[in-house]
Amino acid sequence: MVAAADPRQAVVWAALDEVPDPEIPAISVVELGVIGGFAFEPTARGGERLTVDLLPTFVGCPAIDVMRDQVGERLRGLELADEVEVRISFAVPWTSDRISPEGREKLRASGFAPPALMAVGAPSVPETDLLTMAVVATCPYCGSRNTTLENPFGPTLCRAIYHCADCRQPFEQFKAV
Amino acid sequence: MNDFAHRLPDATREALAELLLAIADDEFVIGFWDSEWTGIAPMLEEDVATSSISQDEIGHARALYELLAELTGQDADEIAFGRRPEAYRHAALMNHPRTDWAFTVARRYLYETADAVRLEALARSSHEPLAQLAAKMRREERYHLMHLDTWLRRLAGSDAARERLAAALRMLWADALAVFSPVPDEELLVRGGELPEPMATLRSRWLEQVSPVLAGLGLPGPTSDDLTVAADDGRTRRTDAFRWLHGEFTMVAASERGATW
Repeated sequence: MVAAADPRQAVVWAALDEVPDPEIPAISVVELGVIGGFAFEPTARGGERLTVDLLPTFVGCPAIDVMRDQVGERLRGLELADEVEVRISFAVPWTSDRISPEGREKLRASGFAPPALMAVGAPSVPETDLLTMAVVATCPYCGSRNTTLENPFGPTLCRAIYHCADCRQPFEQFKAV
Repeated sequence: MNDFAHRLPDATREALAELLLAIADDEFVIGFWDSEWTGIAPMLEEDVATSSISQDEIGHARALYELLAELTGQDADEIAFGRRPEAYRHAALMNHPRTDWAFTVARRYLYETADAVRLEALARSSHEPLAQLAAKMRREERYHLMHLDTWLRRLAGSDAARERLAAALRMLWADALAVFSPVPDEELLVRGGELPEPMATLRSRWLEQVSPVLAGLGLPGPTSDDLTVAADDGRTRRTDAFRWLHGEFTMVAASERGATW
């Protein structure tokens, strides 16, 4: 990891925060929590390499290649290191709890209910609790809790479909995973 | 080959490659079979659900093929699309065509519940990249389990649908047990912790979980014949139905070998 004193660290985070999620462009890859970390490392040829770990939201997410390319392109543009490598990593499993408070608010403002918080890291969460958690969705349009899960599967792997009984509006939730 | 691959003895690495290939092919082939429902599932919501589940499975297969490629120095796309049908190692459960909706639900229920038992074990694997991927896959597979459990109960609630489910289960049990056919040189993997428990132990755990659920819904469990059938060829037997599917899913790759996209 980069030492806290390295001024490049803040520059990298700021640049990453400008890379949008390809499917929900209102939220950045930093707010989405898919940046596992990054480090400047010496290369064999005496240069320096910036290595970034990217954590897929879903293993089969087809947007991950686009994200990897965009993160790489943005960071190469900074010219902070001789090489930039973006690695897909499962070392830390991405969970929906990694979405930042700002990210959750931006999701809501774009018409997506943010995922229920799962208190993750707790492998003891029983399978059945998923259903309970999935049912908790607040309508992003009117704020009502009087909503029903229409389909736990939506137009992309990470979204579920709900209906609000008060404003009678269908909406999507970023799935709790 | 990555660091993990270098640390393994050759025989263990070969056995681990067989295990990864078996699991990846299971996910890949069931993903392609059920993707055939896209556009023609019993209702619009199910169109979306079954397509999403299939996309998950094919995504899991891709990640597993990539782990395998790191282990053996091959190319993941070449493993996925470059083999003859006889070289695939999915369980015989995935040899059958999608048939009707009850058949699809019966097969997927058997597969999802078996896969859950297998993933729980693999999340404890001493092969760290596999343990990490299995832990991530488990979080997604819970949605599949929940969905298939709902469908099973729903279809079991009417006489006509329950009869179709029962007929499908009777046809599929022996081939479903092949999910837990031992992989070649499995004992090496159990000793090294790459596979934390023998397949036979996982098979018993799975049967203990699903048998009471099915019995409670008036659906058949495995017969004594199903349980004693020799499973030596459970992952090598191929059918004309699978050869047809193989022709479908390799069509694009075969049209321009070595192309990238």
